[in-house]
Amino acid sequence: MRVLVRYFAAARERSGTTEEWIEVEESATLAGLWSLLVQRHPALAGLGSCISFAVNREYTDRLHTLRDGDEVALIPPVSGGSTGGCIHD
Amino acid sequence: MIELVQGKIDLERVIAAVSHPGAGATVIFVGTTRDHNEGREVIRLEYEAYEEMAISELQRLVLTAQTQWPETRAAIAHRLGEVPLGEPSVVIAVSSPHRAQAFAACRFLIDELKKSVPIWKKEFFQGGEVWIGTQQGTPLPSSWVRPDS
Repeated sequence: MRVLVRYFAAARERSGTTEEWIEVEESATLAGLWSLLVQRHPALAGLGSCISFAVNREYTDRLHTLRDGDEVALIPPVSGGSTGGCIHD
Repeated sequence: MIELVQGKIDLERVIAAVSHPGAGATVIFVGTTRDHNEGREVIRLEYEAYEEMAISELQRLVLTAQTQWPETRAAIAHRLGEVPLGEPSVVIAVSSPHRAQAFAACRFLIDELKKSVPIWKKEFFQGGEVWIGTQQGTPLPSSWVRPDS
């Protein structure tokens, strides 16, 4: 199945793209997708724990199970938000 | 009214969106771009949004505010793209019959907007650029800030 991944701000610059369709296994989780994305765009790894995820425009956690056609957004910390102690390079 | 706009925010329009005969108070928050941050002289600022989600998150915040302060009306406009120094990047207007509710709801809206709405700010300063929110006090190394240069 395929999901649409959208990149913003620091994640957009590190991946060098704004969006792309990615093939994932059936019942893949966001954590699994993240591993694929880091392989594909190694510079993303530096954002590490700073990234939040939204699936179909709702914030969700890394255990979330994906479905075919989902829109997944990588959300770096927003401009006034707490970084929550996240660590990046 | 909830809007993401390119170009100047029309303050009067935001205020007009919450004006009504039952309103005894209108509180307006105007966030403007600053010329300095963490000891650096800021040259310019750019804002980027996940627009569809930013709109839905802002709508959710306004609904939450109206649940908590039932007689308030709120309008929000956020500017995207380059914002020259000293110009408004965000305007929030809240009206209510009495001022206490309008102040409280307006404070809630700007605080929550900054925490959860997917809008990012990039600061350009002498010698570098950085996404605000991805760092705490120390600019990211320029080696990755400009990967294409």
